[in-house]
Amino acid sequence: MAQPANRPVFAPWTDPNEKPLIRFQNVTKRFGEFTAIDNITIDIYRREFFALLGPSGCGKTTLMRMLAGFETPTEGTILLDGQDIAPIPPNKRATNMMFQSYALFPHLTVWDNIAFGLRRSDMPKDQIPARVEEMLKLVRLEKFARRKPHQISGGQRQRVALARSLAKAPKLLLLDEPLGALDKKLRQDTQFELMDIQEKTGTTFVIVTHDQEEAMTVASRVAVMDHGRMIQVDTPDRIYETPNSVYVADFIGDVNIIAGTATPKGDDKVSIVWAEGQAPIAATAPGALTPGTPVHFAIRPEKVAIATQKPEDRANVIEGTVEDIAYLGNISTYKVALPGGQMIKAQVANDRRIARRNITWEDKVWLSFTDTAGVVLLN
Amino acid sequence: MNRRFSWFNATSLTLGFAFLYLPMIILVIFSFNQSKLVTVWAGFSTKWYVELFRDEAFLNAAWVTLKVAVVSSTVSTLLGTMAAYVLVRAGRFQGRTLFSGMIYAPLVMPEVITGLAMLLLFISIGLDRGVFTIILAHVTFTMCFVSVVVSSRLATFDKSLEEAALDLGCTPFDAFKSVTLPIIAPAVISGWLLAFTLSLDDLVIAQFVAGPSATTLPMKIFSSVRLGVSPQINALSTIMISIVTVGVITASLVSKRSIARQRAEEQAAVRN
Repeated sequence: MAQPANRPVFAPWTDPNEKPLIRFQNVTKRFGEFTAIDNITIDIYRREFFALLGPSGCGKTTLMRMLAGFETPTEGTILLDGQDIAPIPPNKRATNMMFQSYALFPHLTVWDNIAFGLRRSDMPKDQIPARVEEMLKLVRLEKFARRKPHQISGGQRQRVALARSLAKAPKLLLLDEPLGALDKKLRQDTQFELMDIQEKTGTTFVIVTHDQEEAMTVASRVAVMDHGRMIQVDTPDRIYETPNSVYVADFIGDVNIIAGTATPKGDDKVSIVWAEGQAPIAATAPGALTPGTPVHFAIRPEKVAIATQKPEDRANVIEGTVEDIAYLGNISTYKVALPGGQMIKAQVANDRRIARRNITWEDKVWLSFTDTAGVVLLN
Repeated sequence: MNRRFSWFNATSLTLGFAFLYLPMIILVIFSFNQSKLVTVWAGFSTKWYVELFRDEAFLNAAWVTLKVAVVSSTVSTLLGTMAAYVLVRAGRFQGRTLFSGMIYAPLVMPEVITGLAMLLLFISIGLDRGVFTIILAHVTFTMCFVSVVVSSRLATFDKSLEEAALDLGCTPFDAFKSVTLPIIAPAVISGWLLAFTLSLDDLVIAQFVAGPSATTLPMKIFSSVRLGVSPQINALSTIMISIVTVGVITASLVSKRSIARQRAEEQAAVRN
């Protein structure tokens, strides 16, 4: 989440004195021969909105189900507030889960669905109605309290599920693809609503999603997973700007990836030889590289400029021909073919009307970018 | 699409329904026959019904049948639901396939064999044959039907509903009682009805395991038919047919109405 500059930045993971709410220690989960979670160690802090992101089958749901108590780790320990939660059954845990299918009880009204958990907690009976009203108000469903789940819309069901899982004020709320069933427009609105509710209630949220935009929007930190491993855990902007691997760069957003060999030039600068007949790419790479290291150079399309005249003052300039244009309204993506046959995408914000734009198919163009625009990836 | 009611359709419909219902219609008509001869019509009368309700032996048999059917279908619903729940929910355990196969085996087992096996068992453990043994035998052979009906409902049941209940603080038993059971209730009820009707018209197994002290209605009908078909039997069968018909029509009306109501409510929700 982007924070205004005058507020202290929310980053408990940088504070060594901060105690994590959840600590995974070398957790491995196997189903028979299949390893779903492969030796994961991670801390999640109070009030965080933590996103587990990855393709289906990467282990993110298993990780969440272990927090809820529906799976137990094969190896390693999971600590919640310093306490090992492996022996605690799901109904005794201070966590609640919002299910992908919402799992609303079809035979109960919206009201009774929200009160369901409260009636089984140690809350005095006379306080339950007030708490249910409070939850209904939080998700703006006061008018629908007496309806059954099949009598309300998908978006409303989603909010009932959220209210029900928040009613017991859990230490930790788990959200399993909470917005997967909503259409795009509603999903975007609901993302902001989720962030708002998370901030209001101060609950720690762990969300599982395969939608990278969703993870980037809502999360304070994103964990990109693949084959049961955490590939990178970082803030959304760092995941996007400084991915640590080709996998992360490729998974998050659109990217051009160019394979080559790097030679250090001093001052963190490297030059990457990548194609015959092309000038080497000038780029920045922290840390020492031995000459001739095979690397991947990743650059986002919006950081590549496109022009009909050769720019004079840029570190990297490549000539090519426009092969394809994808017009998305607010932006256009130009696919430019290089003489060697490679394709590079350049993205331009459409701040002028379409009739004024002067680049079209088959045009000779110049692509350019600075020496700090991309990242050099070793794996 | 051709929606015309052609001669071919009319003929096949008539033949089909005649095949299914002609025997029953004849039975009903002759139950109102004045004559004692079953196949000769001699005018309308309800005297066989009056006579039926005066016949102590028939009333006794009806009472035994009802008792057996209610108790055995209730017990087999309980056991069958438990078996279905374990087989669908407990996941993979050693010998699960064997167990589920064994649950369903009585479905295809010839009743004669089940009856004979039960008889041998009761004799060898020295159990006096009577109402109790009929109930036991009926539980044995109707349980698998309940189990089939309930497990097919459980198989399509969203497991996350139970997980949500656990997550919200239910013990596993509480989750079953307050979430699973209300949702699968229609299947459990229809399982009970199935077991009830199966028990009601079972002749073969009852024949084996009933002692001299207990006679069920089907046994009574069968034995009196062997002495010649009396119009009294026709009257009794007509009563049974009408009870079943009323029951089936009521059940379908109730379910149709509840579906209609649910649809109306859903449409109301869409409009909001």
